[in-house]
Amino acid sequence: MDPEAARLMGKYIGAGIACIGMGGAGVGVGIIFGQYLAGALRNPAAAAGQFSNLIFGFAITEALGIFSLVIGFLLLYAV
Amino acid sequence: MAENPIEPIHQFQVRDIVPFGDVGGVHFGFTNSGLLMVATVIVISAIMLVPTAQRRLVPTRLQLVAEQFYSFVVDMIEASTGHEAMRFFPLIFSLFSFLLISNWLGLLPYSFTVASQVIVTSLLAALVFLTVLIYGLLRNGLGFFKLFVPSGIPWYVIWLVVPIEFISFLSRPVSHSMRLWGNMLAGHIVLAVFGGMIVGLSTIGFLGWLTAVLPLGMAVALLSLELLVGALQAFVFAVLACVYLHDAFHPAH
Repeated sequence: MDPEAARLMGKYIGAGIACIGMGGAGVGVGIIFGQYLAGALRNPAAAAGQFSNLIFGFAITEALGIFSLVIGFLLLYAV
Repeated sequence: MAENPIEPIHQFQVRDIVPFGDVGGVHFGFTNSGLLMVATVIVISAIMLVPTAQRRLVPTRLQLVAEQFYSFVVDMIEASTGHEAMRFFPLIFSLFSFLLISNWLGLLPYSFTVASQVIVTSLLAALVFLTVLIYGLLRNGLGFFKLFVPSGIPWYVIWLVVPIEFISFLSRPVSHSMRLWGNMLAGHIVLAVFGGMIVGLSTIGFLGWLTAVLPLGMAVALLSLELLVGALQAFVFAVLACVYLHDAFHPAH
């Protein structure tokens, strides 16, 4: 295989592998919103007060998925 | 755009509208990104200044919009940082309104999303980070470094916790900027991919026109999702700025 084709192949395979990381972030975001909903249905009076905590946890978790997306983009367009 | 009109990355190109020329090897110009920033500032000024020029006790509808916008940010700061952080209200309000309006203006066809350039988001995140760092040091002196030593930790794990806290403090501006940038970039790429699918399908004849309804519906649904994401990410950016500011006011806990 010529080096250019191997480079392209590695780039695309690497970008694909990097996107697996987003699955973990998806699980995390699902757990956060699921638990919030479960808690909010148990005690609706306390739900509104926890909304900013929900968004904070969501943002922290989602950032990890975004990191793997960024690695994917870097491999696709910057390597 | 020359070879492939439906290439999804093309929309993020910064193009000159009025080139000013090169100074010392650095290119200067009024770009489409700059135009959208100016448009964002004009829209925010119109929303906030025009209805409040003649204030009434019984507000008009537009005045109510401006007042709600204002009190929303006030509530956000009071909930996540505390009342003493109101001196940073201009910073938080500017960040939130700039990102909200620029994200929404970026959804218009042929416009440009300011936050889809990592240099913009990383400078905003660096602004917040340096504000927290400098104000925290000015306010607490060296006590600011108690931030890295959580209270109630047994002495034998401190050597492990302090480096972790330090690294997590340093990685804040990275995740702060990457989150906004990645969301905007990914959302617009997905929109462009579905738009490209419509164009691609419509070139193959009548059957293509019929099936192109499916990606069209998806694009409409995604556009409304992007409205939500744009607002949510502006909110998240501002809330995280508030949470980080909280450390500058109360480092020890």
